[in-house]
Amino acid sequence: PCAGPVESKNEAAMSELVPETRQKPVVPMKPMGINANLLGYIGIDTIIEQMRKKTMKTGFDFNIMVVGQSGLGKSTLVNTLFKSQVSRKSSGWNREEKIPKTVEIKAIGHVIEEGGVKMKLTVIDTPGFGDQINNENCWEPIEKYINEQYEKFLKEEVNIARKKRIPDTRVHCCLYFISPTGHSLRPLDLEFMKHLSKVVNIIPVIAKADTMTLEEKTEFKQRVRKELEVNGIEFYPQKEFDEDLEDKTENDKIRQESMPFAVVGSDKEYQVNGKRVLGRKTPWGIIEVENLTHCEFALLRDFVIRTHLQDLKEVTHNIHYETYRAKRLNDNGGLPPMTVETEENHESNL
Amino acid sequence: QNDGYRSVCLSGHVGFDTLPDQLVIKSIKQGFCFNILCIGETGSGKSTLINSLFNISFDDSISSHFHPNVRLKAQTYELQESNVCLKLTVVSTVGFGDQLNKEDSYQPIVDYIDAQFEAYLQEELKIKRSLFSYRDTRIHVCLYIISPTGHSLKTLDLLTMKSLDSKVNIIPIIGKADSISKTELQKFKNNLIAELVSNGVQIYQFPTDDEAVSQINTIMNGHLPFAVVGSTEEVKIGNKMVKARQYPWGIVQVENENHCDFVKLREMLICTNMEDLREQTHRCHYELYRSCRLQEMGFRDIDPENKPVSLQEAYEAKRREFYLGLQRKEEEMRQKFVQKVKEKEAVLKEAEQQVQAKFEHLTLMRKEEKLKLEKKRKALEDEITQFNAKKASAELLQRQANLSTPASLKKEKDRK
Repeated sequence: PCAGPVESKNEAAMSELVPETRQKPVVPMKPMGINANLLGYIGIDTIIEQMRKKTMKTGFDFNIMVVGQSGLGKSTLVNTLFKSQVSRKSSGWNREEKIPKTVEIKAIGHVIEEGGVKMKLTVIDTPGFGDQINNENCWEPIEKYINEQYEKFLKEEVNIARKKRIPDTRVHCCLYFISPTGHSLRPLDLEFMKHLSKVVNIIPVIAKADTMTLEEKTEFKQRVRKELEVNGIEFYPQKEFDEDLEDKTENDKIRQESMPFAVVGSDKEYQVNGKRVLGRKTPWGIIEVENLTHCEFALLRDFVIRTHLQDLKEVTHNIHYETYRAKRLNDNGGLPPMTVETEENHESNL
Repeated sequence: QNDGYRSVCLSGHVGFDTLPDQLVIKSIKQGFCFNILCIGETGSGKSTLINSLFNISFDDSISSHFHPNVRLKAQTYELQESNVCLKLTVVSTVGFGDQLNKEDSYQPIVDYIDAQFEAYLQEELKIKRSLFSYRDTRIHVCLYIISPTGHSLKTLDLLTMKSLDSKVNIIPIIGKADSISKTELQKFKNNLIAELVSNGVQIYQFPTDDEAVSQINTIMNGHLPFAVVGSTEEVKIGNKMVKARQYPWGIVQVENENHCDFVKLREMLICTNMEDLREQTHRCHYELYRSCRLQEMGFRDIDPENKPVSLQEAYEAKRREFYLGLQRKEEEMRQKFVQKVKEKEAVLKEAEQQVQAKFEHLTLMRKEEKLKLEKKRKALEDEITQFNAKKASAELLQRQANLSTPASLKKEKDRK
């Protein structure tokens, strides 16, 4: 009963606004379209600097989830991505590889800083995924967790007295690890991505790519892309959210050529050609993680962190969250009322 | 301070320091918007000030002093500087301060500001909403132009500013400041500030929490209200054309900081604090409006038993109430309809009965008529029979008479 339609009137320019009573919203006027030839410098473009300063002061939140069977190198990859020990395994946890009986969701938060930019990074691990004998519906706890974060945000947003900055625990990016079988995707992979690509940004990666030759890699990637397309799985960056031609060309190239990224992770450094590089040492050579001829880790890193980080957050907020909210508020249909688990699953390292 | 998050050191360059740039690129693509409200008496220099600030031509016509009430006039401009696109909307009062009775002068302004908040709130409350592409019309700053009397604030000024200070960022400005001398000006400014403070009017303070700008902002805060002079005409000074006003006794240069505070205003308003003005509008003024409005609509965060109420439950409750109300109305209307049908039926039945009665009456009458006529006919027939009988007997008599007379016999013989 509170939401009424905003009437759109197109009034001529220079319109005199009759102040309306409170109940009817007064609508913006049609712009005159004057591109005023600026005779002197005004200083409008300083707003960019003002905005930049403000955002650096407040800092950023980023929440990344890793999903994949045990042993695919998820923790190592995340540590490599953020050049620090941010994954669950490294944060002083039990190094015993006890595979849990069900899928667990474990979130670890860290604060990292670079170039004056502060980031609250949360890595969400999903141990137990795909490791059981019967893996039917093993994505459900994950979907539940993701929806719970949307629910938390919605509850805050909908308060009368709200916080100035609502804490954002929503999952911005989900890296899905594909086993480098060299053949095709597994039914589990398809099922997971089918279900979750509608609620979160999924970025598929081919894990432990150092087990494939270049030709095998290219073929495998082609097959995977084909299978994803055939099954109607829209991974990030989704075609329907390309904002303009520029975006589309850039993203098309990534979607059709680079993804899924075939990655290798490592947090150990070796000396190669006089430089210290991250790599994996094998009897037959050193695999340089950040070398584009060896693997596509650098592409993944640039994509997720250096160019599309903000976009990942915006798609999560403007599209996935809004979809959740609309379903939730619409006659309670589509989603059952849920209880939100607050601090239980979110662990921090003190 | 980090709410339980551990600080971790990076062992190499990750690259998320490009985040502010990523954000900036997106914002540039989207474009910016800025909405200014300019309040001042007719002839106080509003249009000229806006034109001078943004090098545009806002309403060059001379306004009349005879408007019956205060109205607002708005215009939107698309300005571009390097790669920044700004949609600037300027809203100005028309007829402010001209009426004999100014009790309600501030009301249209308050209503306009509230209406913009309301529009945003309605969008925010929608189920399917598009906030990121919403054309924000909320007023980000209010330039309040004070007349350069040299003494103090007018009552109208106090009244208006008091009614607006919790809804919008107010920057008080002394207009047409070239009519005040330097010594008078400082005294005037001090008086104004003292009056604002003693009446509890909250004017916008340039933010001093960010070290980069806190020094300049603090200094500027001390110069409020800005004494400005506007002009769109240019005068040649030395070998440059500058915006100025030419008098017989000298030239007042708009952009000369010794002459007036125009440059300070432009610096503060645009170059340093535009983003903060927008943020304050959204985070403080709008939130205040929203929470008041939601409470007005009957929503609460805590219900009577001090348990948190979810807005969704409140929505549900309201929706149920609304539907029940609708159902009741429907029921009422149905009852009314049934009633009306009954009444009409009764009326029709009565009419039917009447018609029936009439019919029977007429039938009766016809019967009687028929009987009467039958009688008459019988009587007539009887007469005819009688007459025939008489005629027959008369003829018979005549024949008998003819037979017995010789004349008649002779006539018969002759005839034979």
